[in-house]
This record gives sequence, structure tokens and C-alpha cells, in this order.
Amino acid sequence: MISAFIPIIIFLIIIAGLYQKTPVFNCFMNGAKDGLKTIYEISPSLIGLITAIGMLKASGGLEILTHILSPAANFIGIPPEVSPLFILKPISGSGSLAMLEQIIKENGADSIISKIAAVMTGSTETTFYCIAVYYGATNIKNTGKTIPCALIGDMVSMLTACFLFSSFNN
Amino acid sequence: MLNYVWCFIIIFSIICAAATGNMESLTNSVLNSAEDAVSLIIAMTGAICFWNGIMEIAEKSGIVKKIAKVLSPILSKLFPNVDKNGKAFAAISANVTANLLGIGNAATPLGIKAMRELENENKLLKTTFTADRNMIMFVILNTTSFQLMPTMILTIMQSCGASKPTSIIPYVWAASVAGLAAGILSVNILCRDKKRE
Repeated sequence: MISAFIPIIIFLIIIAGLYQKTPVFNCFMNGAKDGLKTIYEISPSLIGLITAIGMLKASGGLEILTHILSPAANFIGIPPEVSPLFILKPISGSGSLAMLEQIIKENGADSIISKIAAVMTGSTETTFYCIAVYYGATNIKNTGKTIPCALIGDMVSMLTACFLFSSFNN
Repeated sequence: MLNYVWCFIIIFSIICAAATGNMESLTNSVLNSAEDAVSLIIAMTGAICFWNGIMEIAEKSGIVKKIAKVLSPILSKLFPNVDKNGKAFAAISANVTANLLGIGNAATPLGIKAMRELENENKLLKTTFTADRNMIMFVILNTTSFQLMPTMILTIMQSCGASKPTSIIPYVWAASVAGLAAGILSVNILCRDKKRE
């Protein structure tokens, strides 16, 4: 069902284009050309951010951050196995997927811990990547309250994931 | 703020590497990550260009406008001062639709378009270069985005041998909605726009 979804959408759009007598392929090329410009404009911010995050992972800084925050995490009842995700998820999509796989392998696919980790990973986007892409395409230099608001959203959704399962478990 | 976050990440990494003796892997990571970023960009290029092209057809044939009409009762509450018949509103609606359907590849170019239209609509931004409430709200909708089918996660759970991976879907919905609500609420509380000209 899901696999047929994208072809169906493309099919409907092209049929609508033909029906409205739009020059379909010309439109497509104009759009695709804009796509190239977009890529060109968002590249610098992506390269900057991805490199910085790669450095954070390689330096051992991520473990140190997790270590500093773990007493607080324990205090509010977050399982220690999933607490690194709180830091990793907003900054690195591929990193948090890798961590999810590791958590599942260590705790078993049907364990509560694995389910919590999966829900945490699946319920938000990679915040910093999103911000870099969207603002990178504009001339905005000051993102204002974007990062605090986005992180509040991330934290609430990950905390919800933790507490939904622990309340069901008791 | 991204300025400070970026500098903090880099400086913190260098200090940590010096303290833990990871200098060599840090050096390698600088080169490798920059290369990874370029591979990611190249991998994205095809999808972004293709979907941008398809969406241009959707826009020219009026589909995007129709979607905007359907979503306008909800979206006009979130974006009270965006022109309901404007290009920005149409792009926002299309982006929200693509996110709901879980077509991330299509959502990104549409979202970029929406950001640019929002920038064009607010003349003040050309002098202040500071994100306004609409932009922040829009980015928050995307960072906390709600998905009907978290396919990536389900695939991973399945490949690791979970007996019923789909059982987590309602939890993902609940956690997403909670995050989305918190994000919207915090934008409403923290971001008060000065009067627009």
C-alpha cells in the first residue's frame, strides 16, 4: 500500500497537469532548475553543521554531555539506556538511527526499552538539520526563538514517549 | 543563535578531544564529515529536483491551491497574518500535506519554497534579517512534524526481529502530537511579533 503511494501521487499530478493543458514537461524543468538553486543555497549551512556534529561525535564530547546530564535524566525517571537519544536525536538523524539499532540489539526487539527508543526516534525530525536547511535557503541571519521552541517540542515528545511506556508498564 | 550553537559544538568538541585523547579521530572526522555532507547533498539533489519539478506541475495546474483551501481552516489559526490567497499559504499547505503523507523528499523543497515566500511577504525582513513569528511557527511544524507512517523506524524494528513492530504506531502518534502541541504553544508564548507594516 505504502509503496504504491508515491507513484499514485505523481500519476494524479501529471493527469491534472494534462487536463489543465499546462506544458507539463516545461513546468517540470523549471521546478527542477529551482531545485538545483536550492541545493546550491543550502549546501554551505549543511556542510558546516554536519561537520560540526561529526566532530562532536568523534571527540567523545557526546558521551561527556550524556554523562553530565544523566543524573537529571535518572531523577525524572528516564531509562539510562535511552538518555543519549535526548541529545543525539535533535542533532543527528543518522546517528540516532544507529543508536536505535544498537539499543534494540542490546535489549531485544520486543523489550520496553527498545520500544521507547523507537518511539523517541520516530516522533520528531532532526531539528538542527531542519533549521539549517530552511533558514539556509533564506537571507535570515537571526533565527530568533526558533531553536528554543523547537527543542521544547523535541523534549516534550521524547518525554511523552518515555512516560507513556513506563505508565503502561506499572 | 545558530551562530553560538555552531561555535559551541566545535569548541566543545576540540576541548573534549584534547581532554580524552581523541585528537586523531577528531582530525579524521573533520575531513570525513565534510565529505559525508557533500555525499548527502548529492544524494538529496536528485530527489529535491525531481519533486520540485513535480510540485511545479501541481502548482501550475491548481492542485496546490485546492489543498490550501481544504487546510485553510486549521492553518489560518496557526498563521493568522499570512495572506490566505497568497503563495506562502499555498506552499505551507502543500508542505504540511507532504509531511502528513510521509513524503519527506517532497516536503523539503515545498518547505524551502514556503520559507522564501514568507520572507517575500514580510518586507521588514529585508532590513532586520530576523525570523518572524510565521517563519518560526512554520519551522516548528516541520521539526516536530507529525507522520502517519513512521516507515523508517518500522523497517528497523522489523529487521531486528520485533514480533509486532506496528504496535508502536499509536505511541508515535501520541508522542508526536504532544511535541507538536508543545512547539506550537511555545511559539505562541515566546514569539510576539511587532506590528507588521
